[in-house]
Amino acid sequence: MMNYFELYNLPEQFVIDLIKLKEHYQTLQKLTHPDRFASASEQQKRLYLTKNSQVNDAYSVLKSPVLRGEHLLIVRGVELPSEQDTVGDVEFLMEQMEWRESLDDASTEEALEKLVTDNFNILVTQEKVICELLSHNTDENNQAAAQELAKMKFMIKLANEIETKLDRITDS
Amino acid sequence: MALLQIAEPGQSAAPHERKIGIGIDLGTTNSLVSAVKSGQCVTLADEYERHLLPSVVHYSEASIDVGYHARDNSNADPANTIMSVKRFMGRSLADVTTHWDQLPYHFVADSVSPRFITPMGELNPVQISSHILSALKTRAEARMGDEITGAVITVPAYFDDAQRQGTKDAAQLAGLKVLRLLNEPTAAAIAYGLDSKEEGVIAVYDLGGGTFDVSILRLNKGVFEVLATGGNSALGGDDFDHLLASHLARQLGLDAVTEKLNHRRLMNAGKEVKEALSNADTSLVSIKLEGGEQSTEVSVQLNQLNQMINDLVKQTISTCKRAVKDARVSLEEVNNVILVGGSTRVPLVRQQVETFFKKAPLTSIDPDKVVAIGAGIQADILVGNKPDSDMLLLDVLPLSLGIETMGGLVEKIIPRNTTIPVAKAQEFTTFKDGQTAMLVHVLQGERELVDHCRSLAKFTLKGIPAMTAGAAHIRVTFQVDADGLLNVTAMEKSSGVQAEIQVKPSYGLEEAEILDMLQSSMQNAKQDMQERMLKEQQVDASRVLEAMHGALAEDGEELLSDNERKAIDHALKSLGLCAANNDIDAIKQAIDVVDKLSQDFAARRMDKSIQKALAGHSVDDI
Repeated sequence: MMNYFELYNLPEQFVIDLIKLKEHYQTLQKLTHPDRFASASEQQKRLYLTKNSQVNDAYSVLKSPVLRGEHLLIVRGVELPSEQDTVGDVEFLMEQMEWRESLDDASTEEALEKLVTDNFNILVTQEKVICELLSHNTDENNQAAAQELAKMKFMIKLANEIETKLDRITDS
Repeated sequence: MALLQIAEPGQSAAPHERKIGIGIDLGTTNSLVSAVKSGQCVTLADEYERHLLPSVVHYSEASIDVGYHARDNSNADPANTIMSVKRFMGRSLADVTTHWDQLPYHFVADSVSPRFITPMGELNPVQISSHILSALKTRAEARMGDEITGAVITVPAYFDDAQRQGTKDAAQLAGLKVLRLLNEPTAAAIAYGLDSKEEGVIAVYDLGGGTFDVSILRLNKGVFEVLATGGNSALGGDDFDHLLASHLARQLGLDAVTEKLNHRRLMNAGKEVKEALSNADTSLVSIKLEGGEQSTEVSVQLNQLNQMINDLVKQTISTCKRAVKDARVSLEEVNNVILVGGSTRVPLVRQQVETFFKKAPLTSIDPDKVVAIGAGIQADILVGNKPDSDMLLLDVLPLSLGIETMGGLVEKIIPRNTTIPVAKAQEFTTFKDGQTAMLVHVLQGERELVDHCRSLAKFTLKGIPAMTAGAAHIRVTFQVDADGLLNVTAMEKSSGVQAEIQVKPSYGLEEAEILDMLQSSMQNAKQDMQERMLKEQQVDASRVLEAMHGALAEDGEELLSDNERKAIDHALKSLGLCAANNDIDAIKQAIDVVDKLSQDFAARRMDKSIQKALAGHSVDDI
C-alpha cells in the first residue's frame, strides 16, 4: 500500500493544506504525465504511467475527507470495519431508516432542498468529530474514527440519492 | 524547466533537428491534417488548395480513391463508396443499422463486426479508416517535405474503449505512430487556449457531421483539465441533412422506392439547403431525379428548417445541461463557449447555445479547422519541439468501466470522469476446488445491468495455481492509459504467479487480426520495411545510449552501487557494438538488456526528481 501523504510530501494528518495539495498535484502532473514521455523509451513510459496513475489516485483520495480519513487509518495500520459492522449500531440504523422514509416522502423541490441542507449539516458535524478523533493517534480514537467514517459514507451515499431525486424533479 | 529535462534526457538529442508532428482530425464527414509551420499551426491543403478531405472512400478493382472525387461520384457507385465510416468504428453491425437503416452497402452476413464487401475484398472499418489516414499522411509528407515522426489523432470525447482502440489500430495500419489520442473538444480548447491564454471554465460545443460532444474544461496555469464530457456519437449535421432530404422527398411527392433510389441526390440537396440557410432566410434548390429529364426547384424557409431540427438541437442542449452539472460548476462560471464543427454554422444552433450559456460563443477560428489545429499544436509539443512548453493536458475517462458480477449486474471499477491515466485493482477468488482459469467480462457504461452497458472484452485468466475454493486471491489490475485505453493484468497474490490473459474484444479486432493486416499491407514493400526497421532500431539504440550516458553522468554516482554501475556500463558497451551492425534482433535484445538492468536506476531517478521538486518548490519554479 502506497502512502499518499508521502507521495505528496504532506504531513500524515487529517487536516491538510488544500492549496498545497493542489500545487503539489500540478507539480507532480508536470513531472509524471505520460505526455512528457511521448518520445521517451518504453521503459520510461511504463515507469511514468504507473507513477502518474498513483498521482491521480492519490489526489482523488487526499482531496476527499472520507477517503483521506480512511487512507490515514490504513497508513496507521488500522483495519477498516466492513459494512456489516457499522450496521450493528442500532441507533444509527434507526436514523438511516428515518432518512430513507423522509427521502421517499419528499416530493417537492423545497422538501428535497431541506434534506440536502440537513444532510450537509450532519456531514459537517461528522467531519469535525472525525478531525478531532484523528488528531490523536491512539487505538481508541482510531477505532472510533473508523466507525464515524463508515457512517459518513452512508450520509454521502444518501446525499447522492437526494441529488438524483432532485435532478429528476427539476429536469421534468 | 531544468528538472523536466533531467527526467527525459532523450529529447535533447540534436537541438536543431526539428521533428514533424501532425495533428489529424479524423471526422465522420470530413478530415483534416495540420502541422506547425514557422511557429504557427496550420491545416495542410491538397494540390488544389483544399483543406478538407471528405471522409469518403471509393473502392474499385484497380484503386482506392479517397476524398472529393470519391464523394462527388458517390451517386455512380453508392455500394462501394463508403461514407461516415467513423460511425462503424468499434460498433456491431446491428448498432449501426438500428440508427441508419437505409445504407447502400453490402455487408458480410453473420458477422457481428461490420465487414463491407467491396471490389477490394472484405474490408472492416479499421481498414477503411486507415485508407483515409494514409491519404492525410501522404499529404502531410508532401507538404512538409519530410518524414512524419508521429501524429495526434482526435476522437469524440464520448468514444468508448473499442472505438478508441479501432482508431489507434487504423493509424498503425496507415504507418503512423500515434503520439496521443485526443478528445476533439479538448483539441479545440488548446487551439483557443494557447492563442488567448484564457483561464477559467470553458464549454466546448462540438456538432460535427456525425457526432455531438460537449466538454467542460478548466484551464489553470497552462493545465487543461477536462471536468466532464457528454455527447451522442449518433447525432450530427448529417441528421439535419437526412431531415431535409425527407422533407424534399415529401415536397416532390416521391414514394419510398423512388426516395431510396434518389437517397444520395436528396442528401446532397439537403446539405446544400442547410448551408444556404446559414446566411439566408430562404433557399431554392434544384433537384434532378434519377433518370429524370429535367430538374425541379424546391424552396425551403429557414423557419421550416428550424422546426425540423428543433428537437435535435434541444437534445444537444440537455446534454450540455447534464455536462455542466457533472462538472459541478454553475452556468455563471462558464466564461467561454467554443463552437466546433461545420454544423455550428446553423443559426438555430448558435442561438440555442447562446441562450443556454447566456454568452456569445467564440467563433474566431474556423469551426471546421479548430480541432485539427489544436491537435497539431499538441503533436508539435509531443514530438519534443517545445521542451519548455508548460502546457499539460489532463483528461478524464468518458464512460465508467465495470465488470460483470453475479446475476448479470455490473460492478463499477473506475467511475466516469476519473482523471486518467488511472489504475484500479480488484480482488477475485475461485469458487471451485482446483480452479485454474477465470473469466472477467469488462463493460463500459453507466447502467447497472450488463445488457444495458457496452461489452468491451472478455479476459480469460489462465494459469491460476490450483487451490481449494476461495483460497486463491487473484488481483486484477485495470490500467487506463492517457489515451483512455484499457489494459488488464492479473496476479495470484499468495503465489505471485502472473496469470496469462487472453483478450477477446466484443467489437473491433483482435491483436492477431491487426498483425495479419499489417503484414499483408507490407508484403509489397518488404525490402523497404526491413531497411526502415533497421534504421528505426539504430535510432532507438543511439537514443537509449545517449539518454543513459546523460543519466549516468548526472546520477550514476549517487544512485548506483559499484556492481550495478559495472553491469550497466557493460550492457551499454554491448549495445554500442550491436548498433553499428545490421542485425535488427541483436540491437533489440541489447536494448532490452539495458532496459532491464537500468529499471531500478530509472525509478530511483524519478523518485529523486519528484522529491526534489516537492521539497520547498512551488509549481511556478519548475
